Amino acid sequence: MKFGIVVNEGPYQHQSSDTAYLFCKAAIEKGHEVWRVFFYHDGVNNASKLTEPPQDDRHIVNRWSKLNEEHGVDLVVCVAAALRRGIKEENLAQGFRISGLGQLVEAGVKCDRLVTFGD
Amino acid sequence: MSDIKKFMFVNRKAPHGTIYALESLEVVLITAAFDQDVSLVFVDDGVYQLKKGQQTKGIATKNFSPAYRALEGYDIEKLYVEKESMEARGLSEEDLLVDVTVLGRAEMGELMDRQDVVLSF
Amino acid sequence: MLHIINKSPMTNSALDSCLRVAQSGDILLIEDAVYAVTSGNVFESRMREAMGRFNIYVLQPDLEARGFADRLIGGVSSVDYGGFVDLTASNKSCQSWL
Repeated sequence: MKFGIVVNEGPYQHQSSDTAYLFCKAAIEKGHEVWRVFFYHDGVNNASKLTEPPQDDRHIVNRWSKLNEEHGVDLVVCVAAALRRGIKEENLAQGFRISGLGQLVEAGVKCDRLVTFGD
Repeated sequence: MSDIKKFMFVNRKAPHGTIYALESLEVVLITAAFDQDVSLVFVDDGVYQLKKGQQTKGIATKNFSPAYRALEGYDIEKLYVEKESMEARGLSEEDLLVDVTVLGRAEMGELMDRQDVVLSF
Repeated sequence: MLHIINKSPMTNSALDSCLRVAQSGDILLIEDAVYAVTSGNVFESRMREAMGRFNIYVLQPDLEARGFADRLIGGVSSVDYGGFVDLTASNKSCQSWL
């Protein structure tokens, strides 16, 4: 089955990006495809390459990047939400791309299931 | 196979206190361009998004409430408000800035069940 | 339909609204919503009542993280992230009551 994921909250502040990531991992392990993760609202902060958590903590941004690298998950950051919050090409982490809201709608149209994580 | 799906946007948050209502509206407008079957529902504090007479000058933010009236121009005509939520807030249809269909909670639940994609922010 | 809730019913109306509007289906409690199905909380009777109309599931890792693994009320099925994925696949659609 083809999954689309929406993440609406920033990393570390809210559990939603952790839950979304663990959901994606489990879906892939079960043989499903995670076609796209769309980051919206404060969720765009998941894409900041300036993120530096303490060493004994999980690296939420790098975890997403790895998901793209190893499983080809398309990581899309909403351009309007990103610019509002200071996320731009110059501070975008590996594996993410900035695009329009149409990418979210497209995920809804093309995926078998769209699952939202937020506050 | 048809690429037209039933999209429902569930609005349960009040405007202005957080950005969710505004950014939800932005997605709705984009979805209209994809020729999908779009419904908007307003439940709980989401009903406040449609309140007439919002004036945001004093809080120095953009008043996006007139945009709900422009939805018709984008062929988005299915707006539903849950009756129980509206009444619990002391509101009636006359207090709302657009024409809506008022549904009882059970009808609203059935409408949700019939959707392909449900987005809530 | 799968209804996903992530807020404690003691501070937020999401679960209450879901139980009011939805008529039947599956409900999965994740993150802070897991407190709803712990024994002795004021919402317990509402959840027992809801079991007549809904299948109630709880995300076990969230329950464990909050120290309530041994306080889950009867009639609730616990699932891991894989079980969460299965629930989204077996239901035609899902809604997060954010």
